[in-house]
Order: sequence, then structure tokens, then C-alpha cells
Amino acid sequence: MASLRIFFLFALSLPAWGADQEAETSRFLSGVFGQPPAMATLWLTGELRPDVRAILDHDYPAARVRYWHVGRRTVWVLDEIGKEMPITVGIVIGNGTIERVQVLVYRESRGWEVKSPAFTAQYAGARLESGQKLDRQIDGISGATLSVRALNRLARLALLFDRHITKGDQP
Amino acid sequence: MKSHHPLFHPLAACLLTSLLISPVQAESETGERLQALERRLNQLENENRALKLQASQTEQKIEATGAQIDRMAGSQGGTAKAASTIGGYGELHLNRLKNQKPGGTDKDEIDFHRFVLFVGHEFNQHVRLFSELEVEHALVKDSSSNGSTVAVEQAYLDFILNEQFSLKAGLMVVPVGILSETHEPHTFYGVERNPVETNIIPTTWREGGVALNARMAHGFSADFALTSGLATTSGNNYRVRDGRTHTANARASDAAYTARLKWSGVPGVELAATVNRQSDITQSIDPAAGAATLYETHAVVNRGAFGLRALYAAWHLNGNGPKAIGADRQNGWYVEPSWKFNDQWGVFARHNRWDNAAGDAANSRFDQTDVGVNYWPHPDVVVKLDFQNQKVPVGQNEFDGFNLGLGYQF
Repeated sequence: MASLRIFFLFALSLPAWGADQEAETSRFLSGVFGQPPAMATLWLTGELRPDVRAILDHDYPAARVRYWHVGRRTVWVLDEIGKEMPITVGIVIGNGTIERVQVLVYRESRGWEVKSPAFTAQYAGARLESGQKLDRQIDGISGATLSVRALNRLARLALLFDRHITKGDQP
Repeated sequence: MKSHHPLFHPLAACLLTSLLISPVQAESETGERLQALERRLNQLENENRALKLQASQTEQKIEATGAQIDRMAGSQGGTAKAASTIGGYGELHLNRLKNQKPGGTDKDEIDFHRFVLFVGHEFNQHVRLFSELEVEHALVKDSSSNGSTVAVEQAYLDFILNEQFSLKAGLMVVPVGILSETHEPHTFYGVERNPVETNIIPTTWREGGVALNARMAHGFSADFALTSGLATTSGNNYRVRDGRTHTANARASDAAYTARLKWSGVPGVELAATVNRQSDITQSIDPAAGAATLYETHAVVNRGAFGLRALYAAWHLNGNGPKAIGADRQNGWYVEPSWKFNDQWGVFARHNRWDNAAGDAANSRFDQTDVGVNYWPHPDVVVKLDFQNQKVPVGQNEFDGFNLGLGYQF
């Protein structure tokens, strides 16, 4: 058991740099755009509110959401509670299709597997179909059912917001 | 020489004069008009500038109002960061089970089996609290005989050390099995939790201590826990389930160590193995018993509509006391295939086998087969129906019949 104790001490000696949401968001945006555009704000008013509620089963816990928009590409940073804590997720949409999903801050005690690229890669290419559902099945993770569902809701929400923002751009 | 008409000269002069004067007048009027337009333009520019300033100020006021609303809603700038959260789950069970044991009592009861409230708090980005307070069997009285309890099921601090490591400290569920950590009713099939994890692991099993979670590449993760231990006795035939202390004024003379390795590198697949070592499974009270080790492994597969859960768990108890009654070996397994037709309907079948006295030749093995259906009217709400059939050792209660359940989580 001495090795176990040494392992605990090793872990405790590591610097406590938990995920910094703003820093993670900034890194994510740089990875997507290189030079990120100015942040824009979408107010959740009017026709959007019932659609948001239909997806989340509750109102979004903010009056507006921030996003970044270049051409027909939008990037969203959204939050949703999994079991107990909010999960912050970055979602890139291009031409109405999800390009990338990345968990920026995971605050739940279990279910960290949703951060894995093997899991989030399932969202690439997903679109919104009738009933504002994803056009594909996302295989879940045992022990992270609630976190997976939270990510599914956010993916649908980002596609909805993208459609709202880019509808004027449609040919 | 021909003379001109007398009017010719004045008329010509007037014409000439008007021709000379008109451009001058027109130029003057245009200039005035231009000046007026310029004045008007300046005025409009000033008004426009004032309106822009006003719009900017209004926008700032709206942003400030939005930010304040977000703060009041527990979020900031569209990035919610709730400091405290509340949630919970509950399940109501109806058991209509006929006891096949001659003279045995049937189990016909309705029970609000569990009512649980979660309270979580994020102190900062590095430290979070998770807790669950549970009322079992709905009613707790001074002299309750129905097994009712009010219990702290979990209450631990989660320290995020970095992206790879986190450390839990407090009262927590031991990282073993499938149901122990994820046991909300809408996440599993069957009204009652499966008897193998209940009687062998024993789910839900909580201890006080510390646990390190390590997240590695390629879907691997590991858990190492140093916790309080079980305290079973000869009086209950060394059954591990009866050794749970719930960390309530519990003896802490002999610690327990847990190590789990888990792989979930492919979505929908989890493979895990756990070893738990008890320094002394009676907390040094019974000299005829001693150390004990649990070995557990399981697989979970969810691919599209198909689901499969399979688990094996085995205890090895040291000492002549457990050995004398065959309790030195306690083990069990189950296999549970399922099929989810859509988001609302799913069916399952499960075969369970367990034995809390497998160390001798006496027949002490239980078998139970379950088949049933789950209906989710909402992803967080479930209605369950299952039928069970048991085969038990001679002289034991043998319950066959059906169970109906209602569960929720929020």
C-alpha cells in the first residue's frame, strides 16, 4: 500500500489549475478561427423562446447567448446541467451542420468520458431534422447518461440558433 | 439708311439687361438653397450623432440589464455557472410476489422506496460539493420496524487537481459495479435493483474516505480509494451486505482499499474491473474472521437500440469463521440484454445468480430471471413493469410475481 500512498501524495502535489472557462473558450475559438471575430449576442426573445423550451424542457438560464459568426460558420458556447452541475460546451456549425463539439468545462463528479474526442466525434456532420431532433443516433456512455443527454440538447440548441442567425444568408 | 422702330432700342436694352442679370439672380438663389441644405444637413448630422449616442447608451443599458438578469438567474453572459444546484430522484414500487415456500408469507406491498434530494455547490473552479440525502420507505418513526431510514447517501468534496486528476474526500459511493454510482431509476431496467449487485457488491455501498480519479488517454480511467471498511459479523453469517456501516459512528480500526480500471474508449462501451481489499471485514471484532477481497468485473454495451449489461463479482473472506459456514466465498453474476424500440419504450431480460455461502457443498444458490418493459413518458420519468421467477435453496423464501414501478429524476 505504500505505492498507493505515494500516488496520492503525487496527485496532491500537482498544481491546482482547474479548468478556466474563459481561457478554455479563448483556446477553443483560436483553434476554430485562428483570429476570432468579435463576439456577437443573440437575445432569446420572441419566436426563439418556445423553440428553446421545446429542446431543453426549460428556459435557457440566460437572457442572451454569445456567439461568433464568420460567413456561414457560427460558433456557440452554451451551458446545460447534466446531473447536478452545468457543463460548458463549444459547438462549431458550418452550413447548418455540426463541424465540431468540444466540452470546455466539465463540472460533474462523474461522466468525464463525454470529454473524449471519441465520443464528441459522433456529432460531426449532424443536422437538425423535423421536430428539432438530431438526424442521427448518439451512442451513450454508461454512467454518464445525464451528461450525454445534456450534450445532445446543446447540439440541437446550437443548430437551432445557427439556423436563426443564418436564415438571411440562405440562397 | 434704313431707320429702326422707336421701341426697338428700349426693348432690346431690357432683353439684354435681363439676359445679363438672370444668371446672376439664379446663381444667388442656388447659393442660398445650398446654404439652407447645408444647414439642414448639419442639423441632421447633429441629430443623427445624438441618436447614435442615445442608441449606444440604450444598448449599454440593455446589456447591463441582461447581465443583471443573467446574474440573478445564476449565470453570466450566457455562460451559466450556478453556484448551488438542487436535484433528486424517487421511486415508488408495487410488489405483487407470491411466496412459493410452503407456509411463507407473500409480498404484496406498495412502497415509496426511495426519495432522494441532491444538493451541489461549486465553491470555485477547483472545489465542488456533491451530496444526496435519502429517505427510504417513506416514513421514519421513533420505533420503525419497516427498515425506514433517513441517510446521507453521499456528501463529498471533489477537488479538481487538473484535467487528468481529481480527488474526492468525504462520504462517497465505492467505485465498483454498474449501479453503485449510477442508480437513478430511469437509468436502468427492472423495478428493483438487481439482486447480484444488491447482495454481493453490495449496492449502494458508501464509505468515508478519499478517492483519486485519474483520466488517461484512449478512454482509460482509474480510481484509487482509501476508505472505511465493512463490519460484518458471524451473527449475520458474514453476509457482506449486512457489513455496511453507512459511516454512522462506525468503527475505523481497519481500512479498505479500492482500485478500479475502466475503459470506455468506444462510445456506448464500458469495460471495468475492480479490486477491493478489506483489512478486516469485521473491523477486528471477530478473531475467527479477517481480511477479505472483492473482485468485480463488468461490461456495458449500448449500440443503437441494443443494450447489454453483464457483471461478475466474487468475495474471498479469510478466517475459519466464514469458512465454517461456506461464507468464505460469496459470488454472483448477471447478464441483461435489452432492446430500446425508441426514446420511450424498451424491453429487457435478465438472469441473476448469487450465493452468499458458496464456500461449501451445501446448496445456497439463488437464481432469478426477470423480464420486463420500461416506458419513458419523459426522458427523466419512467414507468416499469417486470415479472420475476426465482429458484432458491430449500427452506428459503421464493418470490415469483410481478413488480410495477414509477421513477423520476430532476
